[in-house]
Amino acid sequence: MSTFLGMPAAPPRSPYGTGNLRGERSFPQAAHDGLRNGQLRGNLGRATRTIRAKRIAVTGELPDWEALRDAGAAIKTDTMNRLPELLEELERKVTERGGTVHWARDGVEANEIVTRLVKATGSGDVIKVKSMATQEIGLNEHLEAAGITPYETDLAELIVQLAHDKPSHILVPAIHRNRDEIRRIFLDGIPGVDPDLDNVPAHLAAAARAYLREKFMTTKVAVSGANFGVAETGTLAVVESEGNGRMCLTLPDTLITVMGIEKVLPRYQDLEVFLQLLPRSSTGERMNPYTSMWTGVTPGDGPQDFHLVLLDNGRTAALADEIGRAALNCIRCSACLNVCPVYERTGGHAYGSTYPGPIGAVLTPQLAGMHAAEDDPNSSLPYASSLCGACFDACPVKIDIPSMLVELRHQDTEQAGTSAEKLAMRAAATVMGKPKLYRAAQRAASLSRSVGVGGRDRTISRLPAPFDGWSDSRDTAAPPRQSFRSWLASAEGAATMRAAAEEGARRTTDDQDDEQEEQ
Amino acid sequence: MRIGLFATCLGDTLFPEAVKSTAVLLARLGHDVVFPPGQTCCGQMHVNTGYQREPVPLVRNFAEQFGDASIEAVVMPSGSCAGSVRHQHEIVAERYGDAALRAGVATVKAKTYELSELLVDVLGVTDVGAYFPHRVTYHPTCHSLRMLRVGDKPLRLLRAVAGIDLVELPEADACCGFGGTFAVKNAETSTAMLQDKMRNVTATEAQVCTAGDSSCLMHIGGGLSRIRSGTRTLHLAQILGSTRTAPYALTEAAR
Repeated sequence: MSTFLGMPAAPPRSPYGTGNLRGERSFPQAAHDGLRNGQLRGNLGRATRTIRAKRIAVTGELPDWEALRDAGAAIKTDTMNRLPELLEELERKVTERGGTVHWARDGVEANEIVTRLVKATGSGDVIKVKSMATQEIGLNEHLEAAGITPYETDLAELIVQLAHDKPSHILVPAIHRNRDEIRRIFLDGIPGVDPDLDNVPAHLAAAARAYLREKFMTTKVAVSGANFGVAETGTLAVVESEGNGRMCLTLPDTLITVMGIEKVLPRYQDLEVFLQLLPRSSTGERMNPYTSMWTGVTPGDGPQDFHLVLLDNGRTAALADEIGRAALNCIRCSACLNVCPVYERTGGHAYGSTYPGPIGAVLTPQLAGMHAAEDDPNSSLPYASSLCGACFDACPVKIDIPSMLVELRHQDTEQAGTSAEKLAMRAAATVMGKPKLYRAAQRAASLSRSVGVGGRDRTISRLPAPFDGWSDSRDTAAPPRQSFRSWLASAEGAATMRAAAEEGARRTTDDQDDEQEEQ
Repeated sequence: MRIGLFATCLGDTLFPEAVKSTAVLLARLGHDVVFPPGQTCCGQMHVNTGYQREPVPLVRNFAEQFGDASIEAVVMPSGSCAGSVRHQHEIVAERYGDAALRAGVATVKAKTYELSELLVDVLGVTDVGAYFPHRVTYHPTCHSLRMLRVGDKPLRLLRAVAGIDLVELPEADACCGFGGTFAVKNAETSTAMLQDKMRNVTATEAQVCTAGDSSCLMHIGGGLSRIRSGTRTLHLAQILGSTRTAPYALTEAAR
């Protein structure tokens, strides 16, 4: 008898997610379009400035806002630490209350489950209430391919859907569109719309309402997302502004909810914290207009057939990683997008993923991976930040996004193997790690002045690649003739420091005299 | 107080005037300024660009240069370098260092300050006896503001400067778009951020835009120079170092 111990190998890893979690171009390439689009930058700037001011006002009026943030972070951290048991509890409670729970490993499975459930009802249409999870897995495209027509009912989602566009923002998917563009989209996309429709917001909303009312009254199946799922009671919750979501959640016979597994909360009471944090952080409102909660099915009231699809799609992979686990705390309020100077200027499409902005730059590579060696667009996302830190300050659950971006950059460079940049970084570290080499390099820089670098006005206006992007818009001062250390070692430096020290000594003596006089 | 001066690689090599002003100012306030000659760079650029193995020798060198117990405080005219020493050296040492490095990093971390922190919190002074009769606007750099939480300390120091006409910068908290290698890797986005910052700076009609970080000033100043705005950038230390007997000559130095 012999014991087979097996060969050492990497432990099995959960698979990454699939779907709309990867763009086709790197961030700098994709950002180029948004940056060159003056209309888009204007729309985004106005919208984010307004929402930023509103958020500051309504969070500032709560004396316990910081305590609420701490509570939110603590509840989410606890949730991630015992996610499996909470999900099983949620499944048990939903089932007890007459719902059916489905587990989907990835987007492909989730799409198949939903399509099968819709087909079983015999309906060729579904109405949808805004859901990031179904955007992530590309459910609409999948349903259409199966001959089922999905109708988005959130106004902004409807605009995006009719324009055959992609959302640009987590909370305000059509943030990049103005009313003239929306008028054009409605004229082209809504059957039977008044051809004289103008761009007055109330008239645009009325046109959408007339269209959607008909869908609400005639469609028997709805697909929703969920902001929260409470393990303790099996309750699902959706918060929204228009009431269209409530129509979807109450009128149809069948309701299918697709929820990312990280949205679970342990206790019903935890909603107290998040229903304060979420609206104030996202829309800058004290409370959102509509909060809908439902638990399983209730005979004679609301949908009589309820399905909950629990979506993994890379979340378990993220959970196994220290940063990924913290990123899963995100409650999709989009406060980080609204304060991010990079998002404000490039828009959401530059990020390539359903999840744009600072949290997207962290979450997307965690859910879908970033294969540095394969030139994966996702590996450019951690660099799409100036690390200004505004996102960390705005996050209602205190996700330290800047530190996570730095960590993801580290993972990327470790994965990437030897690159020109890595060699340059190594060379710089070698020079700067050895004071003698460092001083030699410094002298060479100072000498460059003597050989004419910078010309007479002491500025350099053109630098070679890869620094040409820098010099396109900025002059660079030529290195001065003398470094600080050589000044300090010079007769002039020594004399200046001696004079300052003498003044300091006089000042100190005077102060002491003053103190003695006072005594 | 015996204060170790860290010039920072950028300050030492490209912006020595800001470091000179820091050294002279502290000596004038009666402190003993020491310059450990083996100092080089804090390694911030490495860590922020994703490299944590490579800067280990830099982190070690910093801890060795400033570890001496006779140095009571370490100061640098840069919020981002102070942020690097306080927040990033630990990460590098934890991951790739030995026990000695971790101990050295903890020692220097505890006594490291950005200039305005040292002046206000440690030395207890807001009026440094400066004289600067010019219109000035202040840009609070991101790392000073959000990593170090210096708050209004730089503004309190500036308000105490004799003759100064201090004007508020609109949207002051917005990042200028530098971000180290961000300005190279995402040059277009960085430029878009810079344009908005410059629009706000020029709207103040200030002669000088000041800040606590030479790197952000290099970025903003480079842009202002390109558009020939007439506003120039000057490090906070240079304004605090300007006195009635040795005033900073703005016109001569202006580009």
